[in-house]
Amino acid sequence: MSTGTTKLDVVVSDVVPVNELVTRFHFRRRDGELLPTFSGGAHVVVEMRDGERTRLNPYSLMGSPLDTREYTISVRRDDVGRGGSLFMHRSVKPGLEMVISYPVNLFSLDLRAKKHLMLAGGIGITPFMAQTAQLAGEGGNFELHYTCRTASLGTYADVLRERYNRRIRLYHDDRDERIDLDRLLSTQPLGTHLYVCGPAGMINWVRDRAAALGWPSEAVHFEHFAAPQPGLPFDVTLAVSGKTIRVDEQQSLLEAIEAAGVDPPYLCRGGVCGQCETNVISYDGKFIHNDHWLSEEDHRSGCKIMPCVSRFEGRSLVLER
Amino acid sequence: MGITFRKETFRDDFTFKNSPEHIRRFPFPFHEDAYMYAVNIEPHVVGPKGSVLENLIDVDEHYVAEMQDRALVLAEDPLRCQSLPHMTLAGWDLLELLMEQQALGYPEHFTLTRDGDRWRWINRPLGIDDTFTFGDTSTLPYGPMEYITRQSQGDFCILDQRDGNLWMDAGMVTTQADWSLDFDIGMNFFEWHAPVPLAHEKGIFTRALKFLTNIQQGKPARRLNWTMTINPRLDTSPENYHKWGPDRTTVTPENVGDKVHLRVELQSFWRLPRSNGIVFPIRCYLIKMDELVTQPKWARRLHRVIRDLPEELATYKGLTRYRPTLVEWLSKLDDGSATSPGFGPD
Repeated sequence: MSTGTTKLDVVVSDVVPVNELVTRFHFRRRDGELLPTFSGGAHVVVEMRDGERTRLNPYSLMGSPLDTREYTISVRRDDVGRGGSLFMHRSVKPGLEMVISYPVNLFSLDLRAKKHLMLAGGIGITPFMAQTAQLAGEGGNFELHYTCRTASLGTYADVLRERYNRRIRLYHDDRDERIDLDRLLSTQPLGTHLYVCGPAGMINWVRDRAAALGWPSEAVHFEHFAAPQPGLPFDVTLAVSGKTIRVDEQQSLLEAIEAAGVDPPYLCRGGVCGQCETNVISYDGKFIHNDHWLSEEDHRSGCKIMPCVSRFEGRSLVLER
Repeated sequence: MGITFRKETFRDDFTFKNSPEHIRRFPFPFHEDAYMYAVNIEPHVVGPKGSVLENLIDVDEHYVAEMQDRALVLAEDPLRCQSLPHMTLAGWDLLELLMEQQALGYPEHFTLTRDGDRWRWINRPLGIDDTFTFGDTSTLPYGPMEYITRQSQGDFCILDQRDGNLWMDAGMVTTQADWSLDFDIGMNFFEWHAPVPLAHEKGIFTRALKFLTNIQQGKPARRLNWTMTINPRLDTSPENYHKWGPDRTTVTPENVGDKVHLRVELQSFWRLPRSNGIVFPIRCYLIKMDELVTQPKWARRLHRVIRDLPEELATYKGLTRYRPTLVEWLSKLDDGSATSPGFGPD
């Protein structure tokens, strides 16, 4: 049985530019009812109907889980990506009717924690907006360290400082401010859980240092949705459904499979949840694996691919779909 | 038209009975003439009118008596209800789910009114009318999980999801088929299923865990499980084994129809929104053989299932001692004719 999510019919209730790169979108239900309750760290998948093309991108919910009149997401414009964020910035206006998924949480707080230590980089701040609101409402103990390129690109830094004051520490790249990570990780009380969301380099750095300093892996949580990367077009044969499809430069393999009328299960569309894992029957060429789900051994084996983020270059690829 | 709640007992004089309508709605668990484990999970969606699936949280004629029996169990053994400290938020999630579903399905018996976080809950069968602040434990007489599960049929396990596993970190368990919350509390999915025979080898638990950790909000799932119980006793716990274990030696050809009960669990799985946990309601339905065999198809099929059950399963389900007597009794009701496909009576 497929484990996709239920859909929600929403209308864009507001579009707010936050700074030169980031815009915030507000959604309400079309029927006027409340939206489903969610937990801090949850995301929704937004369906973007852009002419002939449908893109589905995940975005963290950043409002307070205590307020279900509307959902809010923040989208960073990516001028060299596949066009999802550009579509959001250019074409999504108040009043537009859209479809989003029910919330899914793959970056949940561990509620056993005595303290929640959060590290955010850039647009990786968004899940922490909801998590801090949830914890503040329950009197939870948290501390957030937030690195951004410049003060003007420190999305929501002002809001967070105003809400939580000294619990928020800011670091600006242009002022050469750096998190003293080893010191930070070495001076936490027992029972602290660590959460990191940001660019891949930052996540790897934090995970490596935490492991080196003896943090148990169960206490280190991270979320990194890989955005599907554009690439050369390639052809794929879907053996189960008997179809041959072409994946365009700006399209993900998963989107191309869906456009052919085949619906594999999915949750995150970012290479982390494992739902769309697909067996490779045969291939002649090389894989470009971009996921965080399969092991290195799986990547080397040529037997599996995550079609949401990974691509292929070569003469032929046959998948069990 | 509301439900007429029966006055009955699940202990001592065992006056529990099903009305004729409740016999026909019994969730008979065998869709064919044999039984083997399978990952028999399906979406938990509303089913036909007059079935136990008419509402996603079922309330039936045994509601008041079951809640009285639960109160007796808890008075003797408070450890049947436990919630580890990080599970309070999940308890509020469960309170919301059960109040919403019971009020939705049975408006003549339950009413929920919400004004922001100020909630009023009216439970007419149990004579409760409470106003409280959602999220503030000090405004309820018990913790949120205990409060609502003292008013809801079935056992409830709340599972915390972390590290790619599920952890039995809270529950209300008083109508269980020989397992103990006090023993299992804090265990993960593989640990608490360790005693189940055959299923590990078939990889069933690995697949089931993968499925459960991906259960999504708004998309609950369900499965049926079954065993047999001598006398209509809800509390067949390891803690009280000395009270019910010896009952198994009392089955004779004369009393099979009255003493032997098929015990079916409707298990459902729901993602909880605030805590991201999973709640696992285990709703127990009992039916005595005399009631069950009023449906000839069920009599024939149950005979074949029990007769052909693999030995390991019969042992695990505790049927060994009385199985020959039961099979002999059922065989007289099996003329060998074919049974129609599906669960329902003809």
